[in-house]
Amino acid sequence: MWVRIQQEPFDPGAESNAFFLTDGAAGATVTFTGLVRSTPDNPIDALILEHHPTMAKKQIERFANEAMEKFELVDIAVIHRFGEMKVGEVIVQVMAASPHRQAAFDGANYVMDWLKTDAPFWKQEVTSDGAKWVQHRKSDDQAREKWQTKTPPKQS
Amino acid sequence: MKILYFAWLRERMNKGSEDVSPPTDVATIDQLIDWKSASDESFALAFQDREIIRASIDDELVESDAKIEGAREIAFFPPMTGG
Repeated sequence: MWVRIQQEPFDPGAESNAFFLTDGAAGATVTFTGLVRSTPDNPIDALILEHHPTMAKKQIERFANEAMEKFELVDIAVIHRFGEMKVGEVIVQVMAASPHRQAAFDGANYVMDWLKTDAPFWKQEVTSDGAKWVQHRKSDDQAREKWQTKTPPKQS
Repeated sequence: MKILYFAWLRERMNKGSEDVSPPTDVATIDQLIDWKSASDESFALAFQDREIIRASIDDELVESDAKIEGAREIAFFPPMTGG
């Protein structure tokens, strides 16, 4: 398990390829990559991410460790950037490895859902009118809630 | 102890951090906000929407009734929007 918080851009493919090689016990890996987007109804030039450095690292490490344990992953790694990034640049990447595919999907999903609401990062969207703070989304809270309320699968 | 401000709270406070020495009867995050609001007008304005403001003590997310005794660093911030 490792977590990196950095300002510099990174190559998502190179990171993913390096992660594949970490352990022969993985039969599946899932890579989630989050990008800066600009859409016709919300066009932006760039994002600026502010963060709380020590707390951000600790929180993400906590979610990654929880995912390791909960889904019995072989390994998990998270890279999250801060500072200014242009449209199309990578913000975050989560890579999960497990013996079988479902655990890798779930592990990456779990870390992203918690990270969205409980890791101390704040986005500002930059447009020609200036910069404005991104509003917290209720749907992100709901996505996180599902991990708290999910009932265990029934034994057949 | 040190207080840190992030995102629009930092902008409204016009600073990222400050040192404070609350009296001993200021025991919780809520009471710290009350105490600061009473003496600092810009703090009171910045913390108007206090039900949405979140806090951490020494890098741990806490609720507003959390005890601040022994805290080294308290951070205040809006809901998080990372990922």
